[in-house]
Amino acid sequence: MTTLLEMREITKAFPGVRALDSVSIQVRRGEIHAICGENGAGKSTLMKVLSGVYPAGSYDGEIIFDGELVAFRDIRDSEDRGIIIIHQELALVPQLSIAENIFLGNERSRHGVVDWRETNSRTEALLAKVGLKEPPTTKVDSIGVGKQQLVEIAKALSKDVKLLILDEPTSALQENDSRRLLDLMLELKAQGVTCIIISHKLGEVRYVADTVTVIRDGTTVSTLETKNGLSEDRIVRDMVGRDMTHRFPEHVRTPGEVLMEVEGWNAWHPEHADRQVIRNVSFTVRRGEVVGVAGLMGSGRTELAMSIFGRSYGRNISGTVRISGEPVDVSTVDRAIDAGISYVTEDRKSLGLVLDETIRFNTTLANLRDVSAGGVLNKNEETRVAEKYRDALAIRTPSVFQKTVNLSGGNQQKVVLAKWLNTTPEVLILDEPTRGIDVGAKYEIYTIINTLAAEGKGVVMISSEMPELIGMCDRIYVMSEGSLVGELSAADATQERIMSLIVNEQGVET
Amino acid sequence: MVQGEETADRITARGKSVRQYLLSHLREYGLLFALIAIMVFFQAVTDGTLLRAINITNLLLQNSYIVIMALGMLVVIVSGNIDLSVGSVMGFIGALAAVMIVNLEQPVFVTVPICLVAGALIGAAQGYWIAYWKIPSFIVTLAGMLVFRGLSLWLLEGQSVGPFPQSFQVIANGFVPDILPAGIGETLAGFIGVRRINVLALAVGIAAAGGLVWIGLRQRARNRAYGIVDEPRSFFIARNAIVAAAIIFITYKLSTFRGLPNVLLTMGVLAVIYAFLTSNTVIGRRIYALGGNQKAAKLSGIKTERLTFLAFVNMGLLAAAAGLVFAARLNTATPKAGFALELDVIAAVFIGGASMSGGVGTIVGAVVGAFLMGVLNNGMSIMGIGIDYQQMIKGLVLLAAVVFDVYNKQKQG
Repeated sequence: MTTLLEMREITKAFPGVRALDSVSIQVRRGEIHAICGENGAGKSTLMKVLSGVYPAGSYDGEIIFDGELVAFRDIRDSEDRGIIIIHQELALVPQLSIAENIFLGNERSRHGVVDWRETNSRTEALLAKVGLKEPPTTKVDSIGVGKQQLVEIAKALSKDVKLLILDEPTSALQENDSRRLLDLMLELKAQGVTCIIISHKLGEVRYVADTVTVIRDGTTVSTLETKNGLSEDRIVRDMVGRDMTHRFPEHVRTPGEVLMEVEGWNAWHPEHADRQVIRNVSFTVRRGEVVGVAGLMGSGRTELAMSIFGRSYGRNISGTVRISGEPVDVSTVDRAIDAGISYVTEDRKSLGLVLDETIRFNTTLANLRDVSAGGVLNKNEETRVAEKYRDALAIRTPSVFQKTVNLSGGNQQKVVLAKWLNTTPEVLILDEPTRGIDVGAKYEIYTIINTLAAEGKGVVMISSEMPELIGMCDRIYVMSEGSLVGELSAADATQERIMSLIVNEQGVET
Repeated sequence: MVQGEETADRITARGKSVRQYLLSHLREYGLLFALIAIMVFFQAVTDGTLLRAINITNLLLQNSYIVIMALGMLVVIVSGNIDLSVGSVMGFIGALAAVMIVNLEQPVFVTVPICLVAGALIGAAQGYWIAYWKIPSFIVTLAGMLVFRGLSLWLLEGQSVGPFPQSFQVIANGFVPDILPAGIGETLAGFIGVRRINVLALAVGIAAAGGLVWIGLRQRARNRAYGIVDEPRSFFIARNAIVAAAIIFITYKLSTFRGLPNVLLTMGVLAVIYAFLTSNTVIGRRIYALGGNQKAAKLSGIKTERLTFLAFVNMGLLAAAAGLVFAARLNTATPKAGFALELDVIAAVFIGGASMSGGVGTIVGAVVGAFLMGVLNNGMSIMGIGIDYQQMIKGLVLLAAVVFDVYNKQKQG
């Protein structure tokens, strides 16, 4: 195999930071090459250098592509050479059709008039390549995220792609859609397309990649081959620079009496009144216990949590919630908070934080009562509270007056946690608490969860990452299509068992 | 630890912090600087007419209703909404007052509360659709703008109604009498060499300036105690000196004319109340959270609907207050009163640094923004610049202010 791409000693500095420090990487023709690293390790910067977002001259080092020394001035330049990036956030226009999206900026036209026949027939051919059966005229917003991802790839294929770069392609996908995407990558590889995949999910990396390059703190740490068997622990060790045979902190838990009981919980879809989203769900959480909720996206996990937390989701909600045996009123968010329940939302940027405001502002937001007297804020007290949580949760920031928009994902998540811990809850519902944050920060969040359990709080942890649930929880409830379909103890839980519970419930043969 | 190193670190840290501070507060200083620059410019080109006592009094009276409405508009805009109806509502309340006092011969002390309540109800009626039915405020208040314009016309039957009795006119045109012994004023006037001096006005000015400095110092001391890297001392001193000097200068000028206008007092008290409300109270904090991220605010237990509703009730109340001032100042209610005034109010708030998307903006900024527009208007009128050019210049100033904001934000991000 020959080398398709070689990046030599790439160094890119921003004022005050050296984002890349002589990183080198070699990608062979026809392989799938994974780039792994913690958030902020420099993966995205490297891809921006490669694709011309940072033009030639703004960095040091050389890029050799297809046997030639190249110097891209912008993205168009690199696309012309066949380097195409598909970003985490999809760049499709939801109101346009699949065909219109695929040929956006590259319209099939004669004298400025779009040739719809050619557009649609070529789209059909491209969709067949990626295994999509949708008609080319389907509007993009009417297909799921998984299929949209495939449309993006079809769009890349329409441009004679030589090197396809996928940045966290499965972060928003369900298990089966992810699988489909990964299989497509293998298929494209068989057809001779070279791929670079950036991913946090090491299982996927092992599944598709031939070579793994690990980047840490802006330098290349190692280049590993997967063909002789490569363990996830090995990759993790290189990523974090310390031995993490234990990805989850040690914990010994002795759950106490039942703290929260939810009984016969039902909720209907807010717009489609005939669709029942939560069906007769009952579960318990004990003091000092971490309870997991597993399930695919769309299984109703988030909807369950949000409907319990002040009816923030759904309509015609019924069922009872008891805390320490007493029925509590959770009909509005502030009542739920008063009842001792906190819900740490899934999407910290759009649901958790006021990004333009400071850490202090966000920390006290859900409990302004404690930092005010007669409706007047005591800002010094607020500062004290914010600094207390900054120290307790090790939020890395020069001061609590930093705007949260400037923090890393892990630190943002800690600020959201601080906000909810400041309401002194008995029960914390954590929805995807470690999504999109790096391995080191994950470990810290796990440690915080263990501390909370040790303090006698009840923790409900919703997660799409099954190893995380298995590694952290005492019990795991499995959810599918709005119902609880099983309950596993920590000792019994394996990924296979959880999946088979979900799949059997859906009536699909395994 | 080496002592010398630590000091050196601190000094570089301080040098850096001065620059960073200036950069992150460029907007606030820029606004203040722009206002001063514009005043100096017009003072020069109008041969000193701008800062004559009578003109300062006029300037304050002319802009009072804009400032009063800008206070409410700031709250509305910070909450992530907009109110296009304030000009019409203001005109309608003026018409209501005129009909009640002039046509129906109701006493002023009955009319004023009824008008204020009517304003609050109008705000509630609009806020209801915006808050609980989630209809965009742009649409609801655009409808309100047409409805209340029409209602004013109907109420006044297309005629101007006036004049008002003296007891109503004082709302806008009255002055606070000098309650201090006349002897002090005469002595002082003789000493300085002016015709007369209203000692109360001057005393209020000095007290206000002193109060501001005192609050600033106390705040600074507290921040120090918490080790917060804050405004560099030179900036703090310069800013306070300029503001205090400006207040004393203006009240001195006023005191040599007719003293403190009633409206200035109303405006000043309201501005202080709203500044405190927005920056130091729970409800103020919640409004910023609502505008900054409505979903996050709601999931933090904030009753976002009620808060939006209240923002509009408040706006209606202040628009009514402005309507009374406006009618009293013109001494008549006309069907055209308040026409297109909402745009001046909104422009003042945006020039003051508020963000269209909500969550950002200050009362002080909005007030300064209003006066900046006011001085522009006034200065250009004195110079005899046509209304055509005035409109264009005001438009460009608004655009420049917002472009500056966006540019600044991009540079920081």
